[in-house]
Amino acid sequence: MRRKLWIFLALFMVIPVLLGTVSCAKKTVTKEEPAPVATPAPAPPPPPPPPVEDPAAKAFEMAKGEFLDTNIYFAFDKSNLDDMAQATLKKKAEFLKIYPDVYVTIEGHTDERGTAEYNLALGERRADSAKSFLVDLGIEAYRLSTVSYGEERPVCTEQTEDCWAKNRRAQFVIN
Amino acid sequence: MIKWSGNPLRVATVLFILFLPAASFGQYDLIDIDNPFSRKIPMAIPAFSALNTADGDPALMQKATDILTKSLDFTGFFNMIDRGAYLLEPGKSVAATDQINFRNWTTIGAELLVTGGLSQTGTLVDIELRLFDTLAGKRLLGKRYHGTVDDIRPIILRFCNEVIVQLTGKRGIFDSRIAFISTGSGNKEIYICDFDGSSPVPFTRHGTISLSPAWSSDGKWLAYTSYINNKPDIFIRQTEGSQKAVVMEKGINITPAWVPGQFTLSATMSFEGNQEIYLLTGSGKIIKKITNNWASDLSPSWAPDAKMMAFVSNRTGGPQIYIQDIKSGQVERLTFEGSYNTQPSWSPTGDRIAYASMAGSRNNIFTIDLKRRRPLQLTQDTGSNESPSWSPDGSLIAFSSTREGPSRIYVMTAFGADQRRLLTMPGEQSTPSWSPNLSKN
Repeated sequence: MRRKLWIFLALFMVIPVLLGTVSCAKKTVTKEEPAPVATPAPAPPPPPPPPVEDPAAKAFEMAKGEFLDTNIYFAFDKSNLDDMAQATLKKKAEFLKIYPDVYVTIEGHTDERGTAEYNLALGERRADSAKSFLVDLGIEAYRLSTVSYGEERPVCTEQTEDCWAKNRRAQFVIN
Repeated sequence: MIKWSGNPLRVATVLFILFLPAASFGQYDLIDIDNPFSRKIPMAIPAFSALNTADGDPALMQKATDILTKSLDFTGFFNMIDRGAYLLEPGKSVAATDQINFRNWTTIGAELLVTGGLSQTGTLVDIELRLFDTLAGKRLLGKRYHGTVDDIRPIILRFCNEVIVQLTGKRGIFDSRIAFISTGSGNKEIYICDFDGSSPVPFTRHGTISLSPAWSSDGKWLAYTSYINNKPDIFIRQTEGSQKAVVMEKGINITPAWVPGQFTLSATMSFEGNQEIYLLTGSGKIIKKITNNWASDLSPSWAPDAKMMAFVSNRTGGPQIYIQDIKSGQVERLTFEGSYNTQPSWSPTGDRIAYASMAGSRNNIFTIDLKRRRPLQLTQDTGSNESPSWSPDGSLIAFSSTREGPSRIYVMTAFGADQRRLLTMPGEQSTPSWSPNLSKN
């Protein structure tokens, strides 16, 4: 549900930007100068990817994109995995099984509440929970490293529950 | 009569006692720093006067007066009487002699009087400083110092230390410094400033996240956490000198805390799979594991006698403060009020532990006394208040607060009075760590 809302919001932001760039381009044409590229678009449309001949590589790129973009989320001061987190991790395990050469780092993050030191410890427990779950699903432990960032790397900086919820996450990085 | 020798270049405060002290150290306990209800003593500090009828540089006189007044005021022990109330002829100062009309001072309520005199010859200065008990009508201290113009601050701070020893029986805080984190450069780096927030200088330039500075009890080493290797490791560095060590076991290496009186530190590490507190040599070698529990154990803080250690554990759910007897290994839960208590800091006087307690989304600073186990709230309704750190004499607590918006460092008395900002710098500041006294004497 939330995901749909985001897609809707993203479109809402992107369409005016697209319109803006089009009108911008028109102006520059009349000046017969190369169009300035600086359009501070918050969400520019993805440039057409370089032609991928290999459908397997294309599939990998798509799967990789989804793998990296999907975080798992936690309750305040908790490191246990709820149903949604487990479902997300199962998908990640499928990806990791299809692509056995992929090694990842799981980053554990917390919201800004509480205190920095305890949050460093909590971030590690979150990353460890995600790793254990993947190992239980058959992913080799040596392909999964963990790092805790505690409250040091928020994705959202407002002091609202919505924002805190986005920050209480484990995030995946491909090494 | 005046003779000095030695090298005048090295913080050249050649000191000699002009007069016999009126009372020996510690016998004049005017101030009990452990008493929350002790009243501030009214003090008068008239502007410095010129010694030997020679005209002193007014700017230098003003500077000396300011350093003296601000430094003594910083302690929170005194109530500085407004100079406008002094019974002095306008423009006149108080000569730096023993001839004091004490009635002029007792009339305006001053119980202590500090006078200063200064003369300058080229870049050299002579400074005389006196402390009087105006009610008893006697001098408690009289000192004469010689040095360069650049020594004025160290000279005055040295005298301030003598004043505090005289009045409290304990060393003052004027030789101490405060390490803290600032984001001014765009990254969390460690800085060090003087006890009063002056002269902050960067200690790290790692260009990454650095956290949790911790002083060794001789003040010669700082341990801290940094992401230099893209994960939290502990770095141990001489504050003046180039020796260093690193603790980079697998997992997290965080919350270093030195054991008082030893070249040994404790820290939380997870290389064995669980977050436990370990004892390490000053060069980063693991000695042994101190805690042993399935939960997270972190943030050690040592009693001054090194027999007990406070720490945070979530073994009963949310984080709480525990204390452990090092010899027997016996662990006792200390905090029961609140569901999120972290950042214990054991007072240098040994009898209290300061900590941060979270309610809602904000922390506040509390202390708990070890005898009666009663929490005392020191901050409230002023943003989030975190990271308490005691001054070396146990009379003040530095902490961070978001009361003015961005996180800044503040100082208050051990009982929560006189809360004031320590310094203003670009970026946000957090995690103050107050050093021990660093005097080389």
